[in-house]
Parts: sequence; C-alpha cells; structure tokens
Amino acid sequence: MVSRFPESETHLSWGRVLRARHRIARPSSPEAAEEALARRGGLSVLAFGLGRSYGDSCLNPDGLLIETRGLDRLLAFDPTRGILRAEAGVSLADLLATVVGRPTPDGGVWCLPVSPGTRFVTLGGAVANDVHGKNHGVAGSFGRHVRALTLLRSDRGRVECTPEHNGELFRATIGGLGLTGLILEVTLQLERVEGLLLEVEEIRFEDLEGFYRLAEESAGWTYTVAWVDCLARGRNLGRGIFSRARHLPGGAEHVERPGPPRLSVPVTPPLSPLGRASLTAFNALIWRRLGLAGRRVRTVPWHRFLYPLDSIGAWNRLYGPRGFWQYQCVVPPAEAPRAVARLLETIAHSGQGSFLAVLKTMGPLPSPGLLSFPMEGTTLALDFPNRGSPTLELLARLDRIVLEAGGRLYPAKDGRMPAHLFRVGFPNWRAFAELVDPAFSSAFWRRVDTADERAQVMELAA
Amino acid sequence: MSGPSVAVFGATSAIAEQVARRFAARGARLFLVARDSARLERIAADLAIRGAASVHTHAADFDDAAALGPMLEAMGRSVGVPEIALVAFGTLGDQTAIARDVDAVGRVLTTNFVSPARLITALVERMEPEGRGLVAVLTSVAGERGRASNYVYGSAKAGLSTFLEGLRHRLAGSGLQVLDIRPGPVDTPMTRELGLGGPLLASAERVAADIERAIDRRRSLLYTPWFWRWIMLGIRTLPEPIFHRLQL
Ligand SMILES: Cc1cc2nc3c(=O)[nH]c(=O)nc-3n(C[C@H](O)[C@H](O)[C@H](O)COP(=O)(O)OP(=O)(O)OC[C@H]3O[C@@H](n4cnc5c(N)ncnc54)[C@H](O)[C@@H]3O)c2cc1C
Ligand SMILES: NC(=O)c1ccc[n+]([C@@H]2O[C@H](COP(=O)([O-])OP(=O)(O)OC[C@H]3O[C@@H](n4cnc5c(N)ncnc54)[C@H](OP(=O)(O)O)[C@@H]3O)[C@@H](O)[C@H]2O)c1
Repeated sequence: MVSRFPESETHLSWGRVLRARHRIARPSSPEAAEEALARRGGLSVLAFGLGRSYGDSCLNPDGLLIETRGLDRLLAFDPTRGILRAEAGVSLADLLATVVGRPTPDGGVWCLPVSPGTRFVTLGGAVANDVHGKNHGVAGSFGRHVRALTLLRSDRGRVECTPEHNGELFRATIGGLGLTGLILEVTLQLERVEGLLLEVEEIRFEDLEGFYRLAEESAGWTYTVAWVDCLARGRNLGRGIFSRARHLPGGAEHVERPGPPRLSVPVTPPLSPLGRASLTAFNALIWRRLGLAGRRVRTVPWHRFLYPLDSIGAWNRLYGPRGFWQYQCVVPPAEAPRAVARLLETIAHSGQGSFLAVLKTMGPLPSPGLLSFPMEGTTLALDFPNRGSPTLELLARLDRIVLEAGGRLYPAKDGRMPAHLFRVGFPNWRAFAELVDPAFSSAFWRRVDTADERAQVMELAA
Repeated sequence: MSGPSVAVFGATSAIAEQVARRFAARGARLFLVARDSARLERIAADLAIRGAASVHTHAADFDDAAALGPMLEAMGRSVGVPEIALVAFGTLGDQTAIARDVDAVGRVLTTNFVSPARLITALVERMEPEGRGLVAVLTSVAGERGRASNYVYGSAKAGLSTFLEGLRHRLAGSGLQVLDIRPGPVDTPMTRELGLGGPLLASAERVAADIERAIDRRRSLLYTPWFWRWIMLGIRTLPEPIFHRLQL
C-alpha cells in the first residue's frame, strides 16, 4: 500500500526565517526508514534531527524530510573503553541522562568528547555539521571522535563506514550536511574526565588584544569562550568577558543533572522584545557583572557552563515572527585579529547589534570531514534580528571581510551565503559533490551547488 | 539493589517503550514481548544500557492463542511472577476500510479485546496468589462513546474497560491492583497516518510519565493527559441528536 506522506508547514530551522512546505516521514526503526526512502517517489529527501541548525541546511522545501527522532536507541555501550553505538536520532540531552557520568575503570567518569552550545541536538546532526565545542583546542571537532557510521543510501542501501573502510564516504558524511544519505547509527568514543563539576573563571577584557592575550594564557584550560560587546566602538572595540573552565576531580555523584527547561517561550510575540534598547541594557548589565575586580571564579555543573541557553525553552521565538539570522565565520590565525576588528567595527557602525556575540579560538587539530567547518583561527558567531534588506546588506559586508581574510562561514548557521563564498571557503566541495546521494538535497545545497557562479561573484563585488 | 520486575506485552509500542525506559532507569528487571523480533532486540539493548538490571525478550503474536503458554513460561524463567504487567498492544484499524469488511472487524475486535482479555486472565492466575502487584492495561478514551470514525476499535476498548472493571471487582482486597489507562490521542505510529496535530495530541513521553506515576500510586483508572477525563465527561453527556451533528 503506497500511502502519501503527511504534509507540514511547521518544520522550521532555529532561525525561523525560511517558511516552507515539506512531506514528513517519522520512522521508528531502521526498517521503517528504509521503507520511507523506498517509497519517496519523485521527492528529494533530507534527514531532519532536532532542527537546531539556524538556516536552510536542515530544510528541503517541497521535498521529504525524514525525521530521525524516532531512531533513538542506544545499541551498545562498553563502559571500560567508553565506546557507544547508538541510533542517529539519539539526542545529546539523552546521553547526558544516561551514559554521561558513568564511571570509568580508573576512577573518572565518561563525558561527551565535544558538545555544541545546546544539548538538544541529535548525534546525526552533530555528525552532519561536524560540530565543535568550547574545547576545540584540546578535542578538535566532533567527527574526530566518531569511530563508525552506518549510512542508508538510496543507491547502495546500508553502508558501513569507518576511516579505513569506505573512508571517502566516511569523510564526506562528517560535516556532510545530511547530503550523503541517512545516517542510521553512530559509534562514538566518549571522553574520560575527572568529574562533572567545572572550575570556571570569568575575566573581563578591554579590547581584542586583551582577548588574544587571555586566549594564549589559557592553554591549560579545557574550555574557553568569550562574549563580546558588539555595541562597543573606538577604544572599547572588542571588549568582553572571557570564560575558561576545566573539570574538577570528584566524579559525577552529587552533581546536579540537567532537567527539562524551567522556562519556555510559549508563543512568538508579534513584536520582538530584543530591540536596540534592550540590547544596550543587556550588554551594559553583562559588562558590569564581574564587579570592580573584573574577574570571578566559580564551581559550576558541567552542563550549566556548556549550555547556558538551554534553561529557556524555545528562546528563538523571542526574535518575533520574522525570525533572525545567525552569522558564524572562522578566519585563519594570521588574519584573525585584523579581520575580527573589522567585523566588529562594521557591526557597531551598522547599529544592528547582536545579543549573542561569541568569540572563540579554534586550535590546529584537523577536522576529518571534507566540508568540516572548524579550522585553526578565530571564530565569531552573531545573531541578527531579521529586518529584511538592511540585515542582508550588513551580512554581505561581513562576507567580504571574511572572504578577504581567507575565512569561511558555518553552513549550520547559514541561510544566505552566496555560492561563491561557499566554494572558496570549502575547496573540497567538488570532491564532496561526487559523493552526494542522488536522492538527497536541501535548500542549502540547491543554493550553493547549482547557482551560477559568475552572477555570485558579481554580487559579491557589488 | 534492583528495581521492580516488569513484564511488557507489546513492547514495540511507542507508549510502552517510553514506560519501559522509565522503569529501566530505575533498575527494573524486564521481560518484553512483541512480534517484531528485530525491533524487539534493539529496544532490549537500549533498555539494558539505560539501566535495566536485566532484560529478557520473547517473540510472539498475541492473536495466536497457542503462543500464550510458551510466552508465560518464558516469563516465569526470566522474571518469575512480575510485580508489574503492562498490556500495551493494540491496533486502530482503518475504520473506513473495515466498516463493511466482516473479517477485518473480527480481527480488530480480536487484537483489542479477545487477545488482551485472554492474556490478562492468564496473568492474573499467576499474579493473584502473590497477593501484590499490578496489571496495567492500555484501553482508550475511544471506548467511552461510539463514534463514526473508530467505533470498531472503540467498542473493543470499551469491552476491555468493562472486563478490567469486573476484574477489579473480583480482585478487590486481593492485593493485586488493576489499572485501566485511557489515553487521548497520542503521537505514535498508530496515529501517524491520520495526520493529526495540535495541542490535544500528547507525546508518548508525557503519557508514559503519567502511567509511571499511576502505577507507583496504585491507581485504578488513569486519563492521560488529565483533561481527557473532563472532555469525555462532556462528550458522554451530549444527547444523541446533538452528537450526530458533530464530526468526531
Ligand atoms: C543554541 C545553539 C547553540 C549552538 N552552538 C553550537 C556550537 O557551539 N558549535 C556548533 O558546531 N554548532 C552549534 N549549534 C548548531 C548545532 O549544533 C547544529 O546545527 C547541529 O547540527 C544541530 O543538530 P540537529 O540534530 O538539530 O540537526 P538539524 O538541525 O535537524 O540538522 C542538521 C543537519 O544534519 C543533518 N542530519 C540530521 N540528522 C541526520 C541523520 N540521521 N543523517 C544524516 N543527516 C542528518 C540534516 O540533514 C542537516 O543537514 C548551536 C545551535 C543552537 C541552537
Ligand atoms: N496512540 C494513541 O493515540 C492511543 C490512544 C489511546 C490508546 N492507545 C492504545 O495504546 C496502546 C499502545 O499504542 P501506541 O500508541 O503505542 O501505538 P503503536 O506504537 O502502534 O503500538 C501498538 C503495538 O501493538 C502491537 N501489536 C498489534 N497487534 C499485535 C499482535 N497481534 N501481536 C503482537 N503485537 C501486536 C504492535 O506491534 P507491531 O509494531 O509489530 O505491529 C505495536 O507494537 C494500544 O493499545 C493503543 O490502542 C493509543
């Protein structure tokens, strides 16, 4: 019996800008996923995890989305070696509630090797964007900890991939934006840590030089990240607060574990409260938080440091019905100080500040994926309320700075980068395109793969 | 120390799986029955990692009366007489397709009434002498009023609720509790093809949390989510002439 897939207009990405219609399949077993793929008819296909990508890389307008949340079984866990095999729809939140914190044979505890700034992402999503965390300097990207993948292809069925076996497909799937097929299973090496409490130190810095000084001084710290005040200009340009953290001994017992968000934004307000006035107040507040000393040390449960935003459910609705754009770039070390200064100047000048301006250095550990975003340098991530063309014009100005510095944009956060910028930033894209599953596509891919490159260059030069 | 022993019948049901996860996290000893053994084995592996003290599985079709004996023997070998039995299997059936199909009506009534009634009878025979324990059974709010869209399924669930009511009467004072679980529409594979949505569609996780609480508190009747108790009160009291004008 061929039944049609139900239709949905409510599958959005985290930025909530692109509205589209999808057909939806929600398999709860690998066999059901196979069956959905087999009866796709003429529809193009894409996996959809928890929709925590901001732009259009997790959307496939007028095509079929295979929701992976029903593929959420833990299949094997070796507590002595910390190797976990699980279905790809398992969320990191679920791992936090199960295997994270379990004892290692030598008195430590198992922990996620790499985690993005929210725990509400799936393993498949973490692989497909080769996500990075605040410990990039010591751990590199997520893909470095993936030992094996089971991929479901429309043309080859199930394919087991490891770095050695079907290595090309393995490297294409890590950071592969869901385009190489449906990931059914992920085998992950967990990280041994001393305990789930962190020693956290926050330090104010007055300018970008201060940031780089702290980044250099923090080599002995596992996690580093900085908030920058993107309204500050002139002498104060690039001021912010640097946070660094490391695991304290003491295991996992008696450490508070994350629960569901206490607060949640139930509906989208018609007008966003995140305007200029609240941004100014917010930034002033944060800036003064450390008091006169400009420094404080705290002991914090691991998840509170890693996922500060997870305590408010659906905070993205606060940006109102038009949604918002994220913009995250990475620029190589030699160019970084100058490029970041120019980016911040351009933003401050535009008056379109960003609530969450996050600055991080990325270490030299290579990312395994053909299209992995993380590379050595400095990464800056920003949120801009969607005000239509003024916002897009600002982002185009930022594009030029990134391009000149030899940097790239993060597809997980992107819904608008010109094809040219993508191709220059990800020089392996042609080799990658060869490995894309013929039945799979996304709004992002259609934008960057088939666009006329010359038109794009002209647009960028304009 | 290990948690309670729990036998789950229809362990591949989305709701049952979420309930089983909650008991696994408490270190329960689990005995799982379903007919799809590939899915059953994945679920068993998952529950073991989530903390179950032990997990045993058995593959069987509940409509096969001859399978009942071996199934309960397997249960005896793995968890003995369980403290908690959850009877979760069921099938909605495509109402428009079965409305005029005599055989299909028989199948829906069998799976939703005859088979669970048979299983529960055999379970109670083993559990009653223990003088403790609980049998939890998924019926449905659909059993509370016959509706054009699902009266075959609904009447089987109504029959099952009446069966449970009588059983509770019989077992009063025995120490064995009988829990009738009546969910409203839940977002599971059973309802997926209907293309339902909206605020009245509950998640399996939420329903499972309610079920766990009702089991722990040894309740006899659970509406989940809670507001279905009041919605159904309204729907049951509507006079037929008005009811007939509604599309439900
Ligand atoms: C608050 C917040 C903070 C964040 N912080 C960070 C950060 O610090 N570092 C970072 O790297 N990222 C960060 N992100 C981005 C996020 O980690 C990625 O977008 C991640 O991929 C989202 O996972 P998901 O499960 O929601 O996948 P989705 O967003 O649903 O999908 C992402 C991509 O993965 C693909 N995909 C999903 N499942 C599968 C599968 N089973 N098989 C094949 N492809 C699949 C999709 O097709 C899509 O291309 C953050 C996001 C938010 C909302
Ligand atoms: N979802 C709702 O809206 C809702 C509302 C009220 C009540 N309920 C009741 O809740 C219970 C669980 O349903 P669910 O929502 O979790 O749906 P589900 O995921 O579709 O589960 C139904 C389960 O019943 C099993 N089953 C059916 N016939 C069987 C048979 N003859 N032998 C063995 N197994 C059989 C199915 O196995 P296979 O997968 O192998 O077919 C499946 O595991 C059911 O009793 C249902 O009637 C559901």
